Amino acid sequence: METINIYFFKDMGVMFGRSMRHIFRSLDTIMTVTISPIAIMLLFVFVLGGAIQIGTDNYINYLLPGILLMTIANGIGYVSYRLLLDKQRGIFERFHSMPIARSAGLWGHVLVSLVSNAISVTVIILIAFIMGFRSPAGVLPWLAVIGILGLFTLSMTWIAVIAGLSAKSADSAGAFAFVIHLLPFISSAFVPTNTMPKVVRIFAENQPVTSIVDAMRALLNNQPVGNDIWVALVWCIGIMIVAYIFAMRIYKNRG
Amino acid sequence: MIQNEIAISVQKLTKSYKNVRVLEGVGFEVKTGSIFAMLGSNGAGKTTIVKILTTLLKHDRGTAIVNGFDVASNPEKVRQSISLTGQFAAVDEILTGRENLIMIAKLRHLKNPHKVADELLNRFVLTDAANRRVSTYSGGMRRRLDIAMSLVGKSPIVFLDEPTTGLDPEARIEVWNFIKELAGNGTTVFLTTQYLDEAEQLADRISILHKGTIIVNGTLAELKKLCPPAKIEYIEKQPTLEDIFLAVVAKKEEN
Ligand SMILES: Nc1ncnc2c1ncn2[C@@H]1O[C@H](COP(=O)(O)OP(=O)(O)O)[C@@H](O)[C@H]1O
Ligand SMILES: [Mg+2]
Repeated sequence: METINIYFFKDMGVMFGRSMRHIFRSLDTIMTVTISPIAIMLLFVFVLGGAIQIGTDNYINYLLPGILLMTIANGIGYVSYRLLLDKQRGIFERFHSMPIARSAGLWGHVLVSLVSNAISVTVIILIAFIMGFRSPAGVLPWLAVIGILGLFTLSMTWIAVIAGLSAKSADSAGAFAFVIHLLPFISSAFVPTNTMPKVVRIFAENQPVTSIVDAMRALLNNQPVGNDIWVALVWCIGIMIVAYIFAMRIYKNRG
Repeated sequence: MIQNEIAISVQKLTKSYKNVRVLEGVGFEVKTGSIFAMLGSNGAGKTTIVKILTTLLKHDRGTAIVNGFDVASNPEKVRQSISLTGQFAAVDEILTGRENLIMIAKLRHLKNPHKVADELLNRFVLTDAANRRVSTYSGGMRRRLDIAMSLVGKSPIVFLDEPTTGLDPEARIEVWNFIKELAGNGTTVFLTTQYLDEAEQLADRISILHKGTIIVNGTLAELKKLCPPAKIEYIEKQPTLEDIFLAVVAKKEEN
């Protein structure tokens, strides 16, 4: 088993620095990650938005939370990809034959996922502003939204870690992201759930994206949040813990 | 610290992948400060042995002691004693050569990572390419960097898994010279190779691994005695390792 020594944070810092260099030397990945959420945002606001009845006149305010989750779902694909490369190129073996904390390598990738997704999310919010997004929310609700996005990123990142560690090829490493991509479409992200057929509606109302989206939407519009935020937090933290345990188990049992 | 006469001691090592037995009762010893070559064709089990000795893989039965520490019960101590250059160059393509070396120096918690990196760049004739990304390096340069990364921190025992496979003759001789220099400074070198002339050139002792078992073990002089005496031809020919290898394998196959 791993002994968490005094060097753990130092080693993790070195790994973090390494992965940050990867991000900043391939900033085009930020574009790849943000381009489809931007396209979907344009499509829904300027083409379909007029036909969607949501009860307010500012559809982009309604839409933004779901788009942010899609952006993160895009971004974590790169975590799987980078992990797979490390595994295939023998970099993990080099690290694992050295006297360093084993999980430092994973944590480096996870922390970098937080940073790169924060950049992508910021880009999307800026573009939403240009397209007319406005929020009356003060500092505290914004902090809460950032917190939810951070937890969502972490939980999705650990799922991406599982995918990257168990994948044999880049294609299979990215396959799981497809499922995560579909979830916002069957949720309250684009249209209210009460227009959906009953079976779909039951699914939509009880899957994580709906509560996370509803909580963020309420926070950004200065409306009472109710239970949604707690349900959202339980989902994020629950997924994160389960995925973390599985990821660590796969990581340590290799070989 | 007690200086061990024996750097690596392996006894009755057995390993299966699922149902396939890949190592069967492997045993050998490596003297401190010597160069030991494990010679075997593709699929013989060389990499499996290297992975077990460098704590990357757990064996099923038998014992493996590295620098006085059991790889199964004391992997941390083993990792502090070794460094590994794997079969495929484990270098970070996106970082520069210098950044790769600094990263490893930091992970080994050395006092002056930049200085260590510069010295190794100089020694491995990489100074001119130091600030270029590794993705622009040639195969020979990559391998040199890979070996340089394994020398950061001056581990007493160095594992090199097929260090010259895929290199052109010139790069190969360069690597040979580094290995000789390394052993000259008192480092124990464990080397695997498919090339008979490489073992002949470098090693103090040679083991021939065939289908997961060691069929011959000894010094070059001892191995040469195993060969049928040189036939009287027009020119008397010294038996090469190749002859020994073929003779021994042929005998095995007959039984
Ligand atoms: N992860 C694995 N799962 C199943 N079989 C493996 C695995 N790794 C290696 N092998 C098999 O074990 C044998 C020895 O492999 P290896 O140690 O890589 O040989 P070498 O390095 O001498 O070429 C080969 O037959 C190979 O196919
Ligand atoms: Mg091999």
